[in-house]
Amino acid sequence: MTISRRKNPILRTRLPTLPPAARSRVALGLTAAAALGRFELQQCGDCGMVQYPPREACQSCLSVNLLWREQVHGGDLLAQTVLHHSNDLFFRERLPWRLGLIKLDCGPTVVAHLHQSVKHRVQVRAALDRAGQAVIAALPEKEKADMADDRQLREFTCDPKHRKVLVTDGKTPLGQALAKSFAKAGAEIIWVGHSEPWKKFAGFDELKNLPQVTLLPFDVTDSKNVREAAAEIAGKVDILVNNAEVHRSFGIANRQGVETARAEMDVNYFGLLRLAQEFGPAMRSRGADGKASAVAWVNLLSIYAHANFPPHGTFSASKAAAHSLAQCLRAEMRPAGVRVVNVFPGPIDDEWNQLLPPPKLAPETLARAVVGALRDGVEDVYPGDVAQEWLARWRDNPKALERELSA
Amino acid sequence: MAVAVPVTVPYVRYSIRSAHWWLARAFSELLKTSGLKKNEIDGLTVSSFTLAPDTAIGLTQHLGLSPRWLDHIPLGGASGVVALRRAARAVQAGDADVVACIAGDTNHVDSFRLTLANFSQFARDAVYPYGAGGPNASFAFLTAYYMQKHGARREDFGKLCVAQRANALRFPLALFKKPLSMEEYLAARPIAEPLHLFDCVMPCAGAEAFLVLREDRAQSLGMAYARLRGTIERHNAFASDPVQMRAGWALDREDLYRQAGAGPEDMDFVQTYDDYPVISLMQLEDLGFCAKGEGPAFVRKHGLTWDGSFPLNTSGGQLSVGQAGAAGGFLGMVEAIRQLTGQAGGRQVKNAKLGLVSGFGMINYDRGLGSGAVILQKTG
Repeated sequence: MTISRRKNPILRTRLPTLPPAARSRVALGLTAAAALGRFELQQCGDCGMVQYPPREACQSCLSVNLLWREQVHGGDLLAQTVLHHSNDLFFRERLPWRLGLIKLDCGPTVVAHLHQSVKHRVQVRAALDRAGQAVIAALPEKEKADMADDRQLREFTCDPKHRKVLVTDGKTPLGQALAKSFAKAGAEIIWVGHSEPWKKFAGFDELKNLPQVTLLPFDVTDSKNVREAAAEIAGKVDILVNNAEVHRSFGIANRQGVETARAEMDVNYFGLLRLAQEFGPAMRSRGADGKASAVAWVNLLSIYAHANFPPHGTFSASKAAAHSLAQCLRAEMRPAGVRVVNVFPGPIDDEWNQLLPPPKLAPETLARAVVGALRDGVEDVYPGDVAQEWLARWRDNPKALERELSA
Repeated sequence: MAVAVPVTVPYVRYSIRSAHWWLARAFSELLKTSGLKKNEIDGLTVSSFTLAPDTAIGLTQHLGLSPRWLDHIPLGGASGVVALRRAARAVQAGDADVVACIAGDTNHVDSFRLTLANFSQFARDAVYPYGAGGPNASFAFLTAYYMQKHGARREDFGKLCVAQRANALRFPLALFKKPLSMEEYLAARPIAEPLHLFDCVMPCAGAEAFLVLREDRAQSLGMAYARLRGTIERHNAFASDPVQMRAGWALDREDLYRQAGAGPEDMDFVQTYDDYPVISLMQLEDLGFCAKGEGPAFVRKHGLTWDGSFPLNTSGGQLSVGQAGAAGGFLGMVEAIRQLTGQAGGRQVKNAKLGLVSGFGMINYDRGLGSGAVILQKTG
């Protein structure tokens, strides 16, 4: 796949359109799982029948005890077609379009978007399309090196390959790991922000020596600075990763005054708001701009955004605020097909989590999880064992988790 | 039981009228042709995709009708067969004396797309987001699978399409007026591979209608009519087949022929539901004209025009007349009544005494759910 380096500014930029987004409420079960990168279908809690499309009752025993359960990914391609005509604008602009009828190993027959190199056996996955709704994609059974370059697949994923990325904070180990991961993933340009450009920070030289990296003075607490940076690069950024955060532990009673909490809010919440206001509109306008369009906005949140962790109480509150705002941003970016990816890590192995016991997340692991989520088209990421455990507890019983965390 | 007064309201590609207009024209044409008064028709079935937000009952007030028996039959391509079955039972039971079965749809420039996007919950959740190809994509799968499984070639489907066009040239109300050659068929642009342009029906506006009544009543009115000899209906048959290669006919055809006291070999013509040619082959197989998988050999062997060895879709079918929504489910029935009452003009099948009409409707997800068939007999 080749992508022209410069675009002709005289030519019209293609405006974003979305694939059909309407779904019944019951069908959103597929979306809920796809948002986490899982392939789940309805399974009857009484007779065990796996069914698709989603229904309100089991087609075998009529039970309404239907559970969304992870399924095996294998299937056989029964028949395929290539569409040369579509009734929908989004697909009309992207014809021809390949579809398959797949008999899943777990039972049902499904209509799926079909990867170009599929022959007979497939692995299916649920992917989020540009409308943010789950669709089933059928890929070759065995992973291939250039599999992600498939023209149709790139319409569902946010693969960093050939794309331009902004990482808002390069001063932290995580920011540097992100820059390296994006470079490795084939990103074309990586702008990396640093908030105090007159100071050299640990890892500065290594970062600067990456050929894809351009360092950029960037401070999410400075509205003027964010606006100026946006004026320069917002029209080029395909993937924005906001990893700038302030993390000071302690709850309420252990600290006097609101200054520290305000500093957390200023970066973790208002920082996101400033970025969204300055970079959001430009990215929205480029949601369908050629093969490497604006595709994703990644927020570094925290598993504490879902339930307050009292020892890190004010930090948790700022991340909860950021999470709520990110949901608003997601709704506002969706019409352009730009995906908002929220990352909910457990404790990162850094100085502010010193007192927490392991396992703690290595910055490199977290960076790889972010790139993986973009490649897989996932929108909610829970990297690491702690985040996964909290997610499971939270989904099972949010009130129980609140009690457990305050124990 | 008598089936009479075949009515076709001339089709147009696009109409600025609503479905009510088309159904009103059909009903009024039934009155005009039969000589009956409005209040003498005391039963009504209505089939339409574009009548929303109204249904049959709303139409009674719209048209000033007061039937004592009413049914809304939103079964698409199975509507004609099902309407006849229900009407015949109503008349048999004395719930109505004369039932008007009407079907019609309008077609605005954008109405087909809107119908597709919300055709069914399954279509909206699990088909339309996949390229929004509509029924073309669903039937492309069935056609591709049929071709690989049974060795059908494009020429086999082409033979049906070319023959039906020849029939349509003798049906003045068909929208397609130009002959179609096999070369043109094969050279057409792809729509949803392996389907090409002439494999796909053209959506249009139009309406069809007929009457169902007792034979003695039809005779006293001096009506030419066909006699109902047998009929079957089945929905969602063979649900666990991974891909549709058969439908309810395969389950119920013995019953159909037993009712009629005749077999497939006795049919003088067949009207299949022909939104795509592969579906015609499936019906011929399931209805016992040839064995499963032998559809391609069957069409290679026979002449399929009105004057051929196996007259099929003698008015041109939907492929050459046009698909006027639910009226497409009536097209074959109305043509069969014409054939059996000597009203088929320049495409009249000689000595046609028995004809079979098949219906197939509602691609809810990956397959057509409703199937039915009727055997009609010439009288007098």
